[in-house]
Parts: sequence; structure tokens; C-alpha cells
Amino acid sequence: MGLTLAEKVLARTSGRAQVTPGEIVDAFPDVVMSNTATWRSIKQFHSVGVNELRDPDRIVVVLDHISPAKSEVDANNHATIREFVKRHGIKNFYDVNAGIAHVVMMEKGHVLPGQLILGTDSHSTIYGALGAFGTGVGFTEVTSVWLTGKLWMKVPESIKIVLKGRLSAGVFSKDLMLKLIGDLTANGCTYKSVEFCGDLTSRLSVSERMTLSNLAMELGAKCAMVAPDEATMKFLQGRTSKPVEMIRPDPDARYAKEVTIDADTLEPMVSCPHQVDNVKSVSELKGVKIHQAFLGSCANAKLDDLAIAAGILKGHSIHPNVRMIVTPASRDIYVQAAKEGIVATLVESGAMITNPGCGTCAEDGGTLGDGEVCLSTGNRNFLGRMGNRNSFIYLSSPATLAASAIRGEIADPREFVK
Amino acid sequence: MISTLSGKVIKFGDNINTDLIIQGKYLRSIDPAELAQHAFEMMGKEYPQKLKQFDILVAGENFGCGSAREQAATCLVGAGIKAVVAASFARVFFRNAINSGLPIVECPAAVAELEEGDVLTLDFDQGRVVTPKGGHRIPPLPPSVREILEVGGLVPYLRRQFHSQTSKQ
Repeated sequence: MGLTLAEKVLARTSGRAQVTPGEIVDAFPDVVMSNTATWRSIKQFHSVGVNELRDPDRIVVVLDHISPAKSEVDANNHATIREFVKRHGIKNFYDVNAGIAHVVMMEKGHVLPGQLILGTDSHSTIYGALGAFGTGVGFTEVTSVWLTGKLWMKVPESIKIVLKGRLSAGVFSKDLMLKLIGDLTANGCTYKSVEFCGDLTSRLSVSERMTLSNLAMELGAKCAMVAPDEATMKFLQGRTSKPVEMIRPDPDARYAKEVTIDADTLEPMVSCPHQVDNVKSVSELKGVKIHQAFLGSCANAKLDDLAIAAGILKGHSIHPNVRMIVTPASRDIYVQAAKEGIVATLVESGAMITNPGCGTCAEDGGTLGDGEVCLSTGNRNFLGRMGNRNSFIYLSSPATLAASAIRGEIADPREFVK
Repeated sequence: MISTLSGKVIKFGDNINTDLIIQGKYLRSIDPAELAQHAFEMMGKEYPQKLKQFDILVAGENFGCGSAREQAATCLVGAGIKAVVAASFARVFFRNAINSGLPIVECPAAVAELEEGDVLTLDFDQGRVVTPKGGHRIPPLPPSVREILEVGGLVPYLRRQFHSQTSKQ
């Protein structure tokens, strides 16, 4: 019987020729990423009372959720992490200036096709954009993998999502994912491996695929993979010296379900409070007033996202009733956006730029007031996500965000792109 | 792990996410008792106290969806919740519950007929749940998972694994 992408990764990492959905295997992940939560894993490490890490070279630590520290408690947690990585020889450590762990991981060559990567963050599905099996775990499981090198995993069934057609001007991979989440619901792919394929997938850049794989978490997916191709190889050039495995699903692999989505007729989409699967088209929401526009998060704060927003904002001013916060996903992206004049355009239009990191999406600055509305390029709009249960969060693409920031209300970006 | 347990049910709906269970700003703690003081606070100030008056949390589909925060499970332990029964679970919450030593049962049929305040009995040896309206079979947990629950979570499990290895040497 043929294997899907996820089955191939779990077979290899558990030392088997074959795995079957539903069975439980002991898998040995290639990389384990922990973010600001690392101090919790360190506490658990001390509770277990063992002093040695199994393989420090498989560990990556990135401080992203609270960066820089906002309180004594945060500062001491950060210090605990810095001391720990030094003492245990963890070379792959990125401090509070680096950016969002997921994006840093991919930029710095810690994610390769066919790998199994665990992270202390649910959006670890993003690694699938490079053909890796990325999935989230709790902080105690990170401790466990530090010590034992392995984790029990249930082999998921796979769902094939075929993306076809062409995205029209002003419509992006974010809109595709919001449409899918609205149609399939927040429970649509729970415990399943998603495989994106189809002619449109092959035309998308790695950055656009990152948005797909990241948002697939909001379908409940365990992982969300794109088979590597030329675009993958191009992205990896200069980022890794390791051999790259061009993993492919077998032609006779079995899928629990196949879903096809046609981009040709797709409109810009918006997710409404307080659930990501509460999705409407932008035309149904025109006129919803906004107070804050947040261009950030691991879903949509990459260089192309910033460039798209800047392209719309150029020559315009942000509406006086709107404050716009831009949080580049990583330091590399920030530097490049500065070199290309994107930062200047955003600031000239009235936006403020913060240091790279999770920012407002993780309640780290940009809290909303009572009754206020934030439009965000992030991946979650749960009640109180930005620190206030009496506020409202909508999610959109960077283009819809920029158009709406100009108008002061949810607006159609196609009115700005000719 | 206790082989049977009985208790009063608190009931929630579908898609209860981790941000509702425990807000991001409280993740600076991993202490179950401290976290319990803020459990479900997003749903109303009265919730942390209310939760402590019940034994078994019952919910609809996709309980614990959202973030990987382990505190969404540990805060329930701190509040004295002895088990969670839902129609379905988000996968990271499922793992976090086991790793926190919190028994977790998927049983849509039981959820459908339970109301808040009902007494529910879970029999892990027999693989059954009993509601005031009747009994339902529940699938047994995989042995590797049951082993973690039986010792009270992943930290005690690891402790036992490493320290018994050391004593053998």
C-alpha cells in the first residue's frame, strides 16, 4: 500500500517500512523547537531530575512571544533560558531580537523536506510549507523529547486539498484559507494530516505556502504539508548544507477525503469574531468600522505581506480613527523591508513599526479598549485574544488590511489594485 | 489513575478554545492552583469559583482547540476537575491533558444526554460511562497513554523511567 507524505515521515522517524493510520508509533523527531515557553520546559526538566540532554543539536530555541521582557517575571524567565542554553551547549538559540520562531526556523535552515519537527506552538504546522511534518506539543513533551529523543504519535489519516485556478488581483492565499476554514469549519481536519496539491499550489511561493500551512491549524490539522518542488529548493538555497530529500506521496497513497477549491471566483474573505470559522466575504462586511489594524503574526508578516500592504498604502494616509501596528515576522524580513523602502512607505502612511516577534497576536502590546475593533492579518480572533473580552477581532489578508486602514472600515482591496 | 470515578458535571458547548480556558497573560505560571484562579475567566468572573464546585467537565465538539498551551489542562487539574468528557477534542489539548494526569474521554452519546449538575460515572476498567439516562461504551486508551495517566502525568512518568534505570545500573 502506498504512503501519504505524513505516513512517510512517521515511518522513517519510527524506523518502520510501513505505518497505518490509527496506529501509535514512537517517533524520533529531527528537530524540537521551543519558544518563550522554554522556561517551562526547563522547570519540568529540573522536576524530572536528569542532567543531560539527549541531543542538543536537535534543539532550537527562539524567544518570540514576549520580546523584549515586559516585567521582572519575564526578564527572569528569559535569563533562565539564556543560562540553560549556554550550560547545555544548545547552539541554535535566537534571542528576543530574532522574530517569530516559526519564520526564524525556516529562514535559518532548521526545516527541511521530510523532517519531523515538533514545536511548543500550535502553528508548527507551518513547517509543512517546506514539506516537513510540523506539529505542536505541550512544554512538558518538549522536556520529554529533550531527555528521551522520542514521542508517541498516532498516525493520522490524510486529507488531500486540491487548489486550482488562479487568484485574481487583490485575492491571496490567506483568502483561500479563510474560505476553506469557513467551509470545512474549525473541526474540519482535526487529527488529520492535510496535503496541499494542485496546479495553484505549485505556482505559490514558499511564503504563500507558509500562510496555507499555518492557517491549516485552524482547521484542526495535525500537520499540513506541500510536497517539495523547485520553489522549495530555491528557498532552501544558501540556508542549508544538508542533503534535501524530495519526499513525494506514493501514487496509490490513501486519503480519507479529497477537497477541491477553485480560486478563479474567489473574493477577499474575512473571519469575524470570535471564531476563525465565522467567515464572510469582504463585500458582506463593508462599513464595519475599525480602530486598530495589526499587520503581523506567523500567518502574514513576511516580506511579501509587508510589500503588498505598502503597495496599497503608498500615497495614502491611514484613517485618523485607525492606529496601524506593523510587526515584521523576523529580523531578516525587517532589514530587507527597510532596504526596499517598504518600512518608509508604511511609516509615512501613519503606521508604527514594532520589533519583530509575535506582538499583538500574543497579547504583547496593542491591547484593545472596550468595544474596539481590530482587523488583523493573524490566525486567531478568539474572544479576548488581544487582552480584552469586550473587544472584537476580524482576520484578513494584508491587502484587505491596508485598504481598510485607509478607509477606517473594512474595505475591498480590489478598489486599490488596478 | 483511578479505575472508576463519579462526580457532578459542569457543561460547556462546542469549540471551547484554549484562550477561553486560560488567558495568555496567565501563562507566566505553570502552578495548577494559581492557574485555577483564572480558569474560564474570559467567560465571566464567576467561572473560576463555579468550576471548583464540579468534578467532571463535559463539553461538545473540538474542546481545547487553539493554542498548544499546556496550562489549559493544568488549570483544570488545579480547579479539582477529575476528568474531561467531550464529543471530540483538539489534538494538542488531548495530549496535554494526559501529560497533566487528567483522564480524558471522548463520548458524544454521553455528552448529548448530560446536563449541568448531573452525576456521571466513569469506569475505566470496564470501558463505560454511566449518565442518569444510561450507559455507553468508551474505547480503551492505548497502553502507552494509560501508562502516563496511571502515574499521574508525564513528569512522574519520566522520573520513574529515568530513576528506575539509574537504580538498575
